[in-house]
Amino acid sequence: NLMVCTYLPLYSTQVLFFGFGWLFFMRQLFKDYEVRHYVVQVVFSVTFAFSCTMFELIIFEILGALSSSSRYFHWKLNLYVILLVLIFVVPFYIGYFVVSNIRLLQRQRLLFACMVWFTFMYFFWKLGDPFPILSPKHGILSIEQLISRVGVIGVTLMALLSGFGAVNCPYTYMSYFLRNVTDSDILALERRLLQTMDMIVSKKKRIAMTRRQMYQRGEDQNKQTGFWGMIKSVTSTQTGSENLSLVQQEVDALEELSRQLFLETVDLQATKERIEYSKTFQGKYFNFLGYFFSIYCVWKIFMVKFWSQHISFILVGIIIVTSIRGLLITLTKFFYAISSSKSSNVIVLVLAQIMGMYFVSSVLLMRMSMPLEYRSIVTEVLGELQFNFYHRWFDVIFLVSALSSILFLYLAHKQAPEKHMAL
Amino acid sequence: MCSAGSRVCRKLTRCFGGGVGKSSLVHLLCQNQVLGNPSWTVGCSVDVRVQDYKEGTPEEKTFYIELWDVGGSVGNASSVKSTRAVFYNSVNGIILVHDLTNKKSSQNLYRWSLEALNKDSSPTGVIISNGDYDREQFAENPVPLLLIGTKFDQIPENKRSEVLTRTAFLSEDFNAEEINLDCTNPRYLAAGTSNAVKLSRFFDKVIEKRYFTRDPSQMTGFTDRKRFNFKSLHYD
Repeated sequence: NLMVCTYLPLYSTQVLFFGFGWLFFMRQLFKDYEVRHYVVQVVFSVTFAFSCTMFELIIFEILGALSSSSRYFHWKLNLYVILLVLIFVVPFYIGYFVVSNIRLLQRQRLLFACMVWFTFMYFFWKLGDPFPILSPKHGILSIEQLISRVGVIGVTLMALLSGFGAVNCPYTYMSYFLRNVTDSDILALERRLLQTMDMIVSKKKRIAMTRRQMYQRGEDQNKQTGFWGMIKSVTSTQTGSENLSLVQQEVDALEELSRQLFLETVDLQATKERIEYSKTFQGKYFNFLGYFFSIYCVWKIFMVKFWSQHISFILVGIIIVTSIRGLLITLTKFFYAISSSKSSNVIVLVLAQIMGMYFVSSVLLMRMSMPLEYRSIVTEVLGELQFNFYHRWFDVIFLVSALSSILFLYLAHKQAPEKHMAL
Repeated sequence: MCSAGSRVCRKLTRCFGGGVGKSSLVHLLCQNQVLGNPSWTVGCSVDVRVQDYKEGTPEEKTFYIELWDVGGSVGNASSVKSTRAVFYNSVNGIILVHDLTNKKSSQNLYRWSLEALNKDSSPTGVIISNGDYDREQFAENPVPLLLIGTKFDQIPENKRSEVLTRTAFLSEDFNAEEINLDCTNPRYLAAGTSNAVKLSRFFDKVIEKRYFTRDPSQMTGFTDRKRFNFKSLHYD
């Protein structure tokens, strides 16, 4: 059957993407946790699969693979599924798992989850009011309403991440910015850390011994009767516990210091490793890329028009691959940093939501980088959205994010060498 | 009245990121109280337990035991691993803590125990191990190990025997005793229970290894200045 033949490569790649999302979930995100609710894994993999398929369809568009009507059909199908997942399925499950974690509401889980979802829909709808994202001739329940709102959220996210990434990537990889960290710096800091731990230990020993003595004396006190016995017991325990609370305060201060020293040591180790990495071949390659992309980003910041559409096509491919990879890495780091065994389900679903919105809006924005002949399909499928608005909105947020990142990194860079001088 | 003797240094290694209950466990072991507000452990936190060696016999002595809780929630980056290696010096005993409701935490134990035991294998302290388990290494290991499983109360009745079989295999692999408890309930370690006996035995073994057998491999470069005073004073 002809239909099956043409659609087979598409479906097989979709299954491939699904498998990749599944493996990524199992091996990377959830490698330290047990998967108790398989629905989370399925939802994550489905979101990933359909998002990647959208990119694939753009590539097919440019290459001219499949017939244009089948491409159009798949675009529409994909879009409906993604919107269904991003607006109905994922928010509902996020609400469901959040409610499950709260003990009070656990009995009426479904009811509260539905309530949370309706609140989400209300705010989601309200999002459309301040933005001129639609031409007025669209009805209330059209697909454009949903896409426009998803687009706004996703574009804001993308611009924030791109702005920060544009500034952070050169800063991280370019050796010009790397502070000089020697082994003796690290050793000195580690010695300070261990000294602090020793002080904590000796104070805690005093506390433990005093407490034990008080406990033993307390037993003896119970045997003492009479007026003087009572007075003695009151005064001795009071001075005992006063001393204890004083020492305990010192211990608390020292523990705070030890935590700071630990984090500083980790920071120094990370910088040292980055320096070593920059000397390797991979490091040098990324260093070069850092220079290249920083020039590209500066160019973008000053909004110079590209002179060749074909360069922009290659860049589209690179942008797709690096943004997927970058997003997955960022999501993983974020996940490790904030998740615990209780909240892991909720966080994964939130990440799936962000990922889906990110990919949908990157399709929107990619239209700008695509050669003219290929823009029509995106316009046709997504309806008559005010694309210009999205581009302007992206540029504004990108600028704001990049400038604040520059300020932030400048302050952090300034502070750091002084911190270590004070050792 | 007994005054304390020299200290005995010991470490708690973690099995993976936060949520296992090491801080609650340490608090329970040292203060005999339940920890009211557990929070993320950044870096390493220490607590001290006063242990009566050979309690109830005429040779009873009092020792301090330092429990170093090496936090696992900051991350798996190699920079964090290198920094953690600083705390693995002069370890006299290891308590491996895992979450009974999470199988993966016990799987990670192999990796963590290798990290702690192989601390001398590389100069910068960065340990690269794929967690290959070598039974011989554990059989001739001089450092006493104890296996503690937490969150015992959260396992439903029908799954308990399955979990206990699994932990029995684990303790065999590590050549260690095992205790399964719930850190929010002090009755698991109440005096006279088999858990309390196992715990006392473990601490006594650690003290014995440290003070009553000469083991020069315990001292490493960093800790030269931490040479202990070997006078254990005890006056009755």
